[in-house]
Amino acid sequence: MTRAALVAEYRKLVTTRLWWILLAVMAAYMALMAAGLGWSLSQGDVSTGTGDELVLTPDDVVRSVYTVAVSLGYVFPLLVGALAFSAEFRHKTITPTLLAEPSRTRVLLAKLGANGAVGLLFGAVGTLAAVVAGGGVLAAIGEETFLGSAATWRSIGLSVLALALWALLGTALGSVMTNQVAVIVVVLAFTQFVEPIARVVLSMTSWGSRVAAFLPGAAGEAVSGGSLYSATGMTSLLSWWQGLLVLLVYVVVLSAIGRVTTLRRDIT
Amino acid sequence: MSQAPPPTPGPSTAGPPAQHTDGVVRVEHLTKTFGSGPGAVHAVHDLSFEVRPGRVTGFLGPNGAGKTTTLRMLLGLVAPTSGTATIGGRRYDQIERPAHVVGAALEAASFHPGRTARDHLRVYAPQVGVPDSRADEVLALVGLAEVAKRRVGGFSLGMRQRLALATTLLGDPPVLLLDEPANGLDPEGIAWLRGLLRALAREGRTVLVSSHVLSEVEQTVDDVVIIARGQLVHASSLPDLARLARPRVSVVSPDAAALDALVAAHGWTVGASGRDGDAASYELLDVSAAQVGAAAFGGRVELHRLAGQDVGLEDLFLQLTAAPAQQTSAEAPAPGPGPAPVPSSTAPQTDAPAGGER
Ligand SMILES: Nc1ncnc2c1ncn2[C@@H]1O[C@H](COP(=O)(O)OP(=O)(O)OP(=O)(O)O)[C@@H](O)[C@H]1O
Ligand SMILES: [Mg+2]
Repeated sequence: MTRAALVAEYRKLVTTRLWWILLAVMAAYMALMAAGLGWSLSQGDVSTGTGDELVLTPDDVVRSVYTVAVSLGYVFPLLVGALAFSAEFRHKTITPTLLAEPSRTRVLLAKLGANGAVGLLFGAVGTLAAVVAGGGVLAAIGEETFLGSAATWRSIGLSVLALALWALLGTALGSVMTNQVAVIVVVLAFTQFVEPIARVVLSMTSWGSRVAAFLPGAAGEAVSGGSLYSATGMTSLLSWWQGLLVLLVYVVVLSAIGRVTTLRRDIT
Repeated sequence: MSQAPPPTPGPSTAGPPAQHTDGVVRVEHLTKTFGSGPGAVHAVHDLSFEVRPGRVTGFLGPNGAGKTTTLRMLLGLVAPTSGTATIGGRRYDQIERPAHVVGAALEAASFHPGRTARDHLRVYAPQVGVPDSRADEVLALVGLAEVAKRRVGGFSLGMRQRLALATTLLGDPPVLLLDEPANGLDPEGIAWLRGLLRALAREGRTVLVSSHVLSEVEQTVDDVVIIARGQLVHASSLPDLARLARPRVSVVSPDAAALDALVAAHGWTVGASGRDGDAASYELLDVSAAQVGAAAFGGRVELHRLAGQDVGLEDLFLQLTAAPAQQTSAEAPAPGPGPAPVPSSTAPQTDAPAGGER
């Protein structure tokens, strides 16, 4: 039964065009960003932002190229997840969905499971695009790629994991906000403006900087280790497992809210 | 779009119907109020009826009568304010693999426009518990085989209805609940649907179809459950309903003995009769007011009321659903040109099961 629900949710995702359009855009965007970042490294000055006192080891810098998807591309798995519920409500397919599986908790869990799996795919493709493009450019301009180092591959693996968590977070958010336009606006506004600005503003004080580390974007970057923001010294990050826990807490809290609000309502 | 072959819905993959349920759909004192306070909508109020297997039951009522709300409560999509709605004695969410037991299509046919017809069915197949090949079987059954790979976004209303029906048939369920399935079908499609529903009922399935016009389902249904303003106004077999539509005369005389003798002498069919002291009242069937009046005049029987009602089935339906649901007696004439009262024999019988005549 639960397996069937997972298969059904997975099929719902892959039988529409949205997911692979987003996946293709993500891959292209991540490749471009990683290539650009890799090339800018060869220009010597990587300390954009806060100045010359910054001390970065080269492998830190290279890691931020490979995990650029966690810093700039998490909006893609987030969106795919966030649209899982709103698409059902928009097209009223929530009715046949609940007819096939009357347990609303099980529907929510199946959606989390299936979107988590698709999130892994997004994570793998987005990260791979960054590694191939970034590593290619680094190699072409004669820089060290650090692809022989275990630490690099660990970051790459954690980048995939972080992006999958974003898909879970999106699914949980979607269970709370079922209006498609609203959820898209919230996702874009939060990821593109609210959190980046909040992180800059909060990092001006030391306590604020600690708070900022708990924002979902910062927690996601913490999971993969190196990141653009931390590489430029703008914020401090949690450790990778703390970041993972913080993201999971967001997922659990939002899912619980969705379960007792949206998913308790009458479907008419 | 080609027409489907003669309906033979049983798939090779699923067993015979009625294996998980006795197929009886039962609604008991069901009430649903949307919202609260002054803005509350009393969509369904103390509704009770029963739907039997082996028959097609028409679930009828004007727009906003509460048909869809009732079906959604049966399916666990809307939580009742009070009362129960069960299928085979169980609430929908208590049924194991419910799509295998109940096939339901609700009014707003719900599809993702970007999905193909086959993919739409393949999405639900795992939970229904049937192999993917069943999708092609039901598509053929509803006449959509040729458009299986087309996106649903480009489907006509009639094609969507057929796909909705295909979805309900995926699990070869013994119980079918269909909300306005004829909506958007062309005459040929309606005839086809009629044949399909009749065939499904003949196989022993429970088939409930809602509609807001009686004439649409008149040729299809065995039983009717008629609701208005969320309340039951009539539940019976179709012949019993049709009997109400026969021409009838309401007659009242202060001289009971004389009227009794008159009725007996002419051999009129008595629909209902009543007595109040010396006075007698009769509901006479298959006779006109003119005939009764002439006979009474000839027999010197004093009449205090002589009213003929000549109603067709559709008129009857309008009468039943237009009048505020109340326990009117045959003797109480409706004031003015308003709808005639429901004869006492058909007044709301809240827990009368449909299909008394078997
Ligand atoms: N979610 C809701 N919130 C408030 N009122 C509702 C809701 N859903 C239905 N209603 C009201 O409940 C009443 C019954 O509606 P319902 O859809 O069950 O009628 P229906 O018999 O299916 O009508 P139709 O023939 O038009 O489909 C209507 O007054 C409707 O406005
Ligand atoms: Mg309706």
